[in-house]
Amino acid sequence: MADVFYVASRKGLFTYKRNGADWNAGAPAFLGEPVSAVLKDKRDGALYAALNLGHFGCKLHRSDDDGATWNELAPPAFAKAADSDAEAPSVDLIWSLETGGADEPGVIWAGVIPGALFRSDDRGESWNLIESLWNREERAGWFGGGYDKPGIHSILVDPSDSAKLTLGISCGGVWKSDDRGATWRLTGDGLRSDYMPPDQAQDLNTQDPHRLALCASAPDTIWCQHHNGVFLSRDGGESFVEFKDIKPAVFGFAVAVHPHHPDTAWFVPGVKDETRVPVDARLIVNKTVDGGKSFTACHRGLPDAPSYDLIYRHALDVDETGDRLVMGSTTGNLWASDDGGDNWRQVSAYLPPIAQVAFA
Amino acid sequence: MAHIAFTDNLQKHLPCPPVTAPGDSVRAVLNAVFEENAQLRSYILDDQGRLRKHVNIFINDAAIIDRVALGDAVADDDRVFIFQALSGG
Repeated sequence: MADVFYVASRKGLFTYKRNGADWNAGAPAFLGEPVSAVLKDKRDGALYAALNLGHFGCKLHRSDDDGATWNELAPPAFAKAADSDAEAPSVDLIWSLETGGADEPGVIWAGVIPGALFRSDDRGESWNLIESLWNREERAGWFGGGYDKPGIHSILVDPSDSAKLTLGISCGGVWKSDDRGATWRLTGDGLRSDYMPPDQAQDLNTQDPHRLALCASAPDTIWCQHHNGVFLSRDGGESFVEFKDIKPAVFGFAVAVHPHHPDTAWFVPGVKDETRVPVDARLIVNKTVDGGKSFTACHRGLPDAPSYDLIYRHALDVDETGDRLVMGSTTGNLWASDDGGDNWRQVSAYLPPIAQVAFA
Repeated sequence: MAHIAFTDNLQKHLPCPPVTAPGDSVRAVLNAVFEENAQLRSYILDDQGRLRKHVNIFINDAAIIDRVALGDAVADDDRVFIFQALSGG
């Protein structure tokens, strides 16, 4: 099982290492700074951290020695427009970082607000806007979900074919490329939105998939925690089916998928979009092992006292065995499980609000 | 030459001691500063070269007006202060 994970928080980046039965945190990096995304590149060992400095913009740093030292890189940025008026784009947030495939050393993808995808071919030293997506006319129909502007939060690279990409955009639906981002198509038949007029509920371009996650060994299986429910695709995100009768609620942000069992996935429900707290103030992890036919509320080790923790979309992760999970909340609580989420143990109750957790 | 000083809160991210720089506008002065300290640009300006939303620039005692084109006039010996706003923290 993975013995290291990272916590990207509102006030720094924390590295946790397994020590016997415990998890120990080292000194935080970027103390006091909001860390919006963290990425460990298993291909070359590099560690990336994206910062969202409240005053001074988005920054990107890379460490080649496991966080002992960091180098600031040029972050993804838009080219200067011919008319740089108040409307011309600028990167507001680096919302997601992903590595390219095993056959693409040095390739890093970055999803940002406002709704753009960038690619680096040189370990984050330089970035190129994926204009084939940015220039799609459908982008005019996207809108912000939570943030003021749309953003790309999920970048799935097919482990069996790194040319195949799937994006989750809030709010801009699910987009797929079969050619490393040269061309794109809007997918996601079956997704449904309640926040649109009834005749527009099935409009693919305005869906709000809060998070997409694929099964590493069966990458055509993609689970989706959507603004309006839980969905599953068996065809790589081309189409989805919805699971409506999930207790205690279908609303949430995070989803994690077992790397070897596509029918096993974890969700963390909240009441609903206007009340983003656990149902009955009881935090649970909802687990399915049968492809969504049933869900089990996992509560052992999670708070018995009333809890108002929200788990952000990037703040639930599973390791390569599928047994070890980690989860962090907006309240700064951190939990880990060694048995597939059946039992949890609190790792910390004192962290800043957590944006992302990620195993090394 | 204008005299430019930066908020202490920038110093924790990158070195930016007080400097003097030529130019008759905020844009011209900043461009001269960035020629010597290229990394500083993205901390003060966004991708389009606009002043970041939560950064303030004062010329002597007055906040600049033009946050997009940075066209406010700068005179010889003016003092230019670059602060973080209290918003955006």
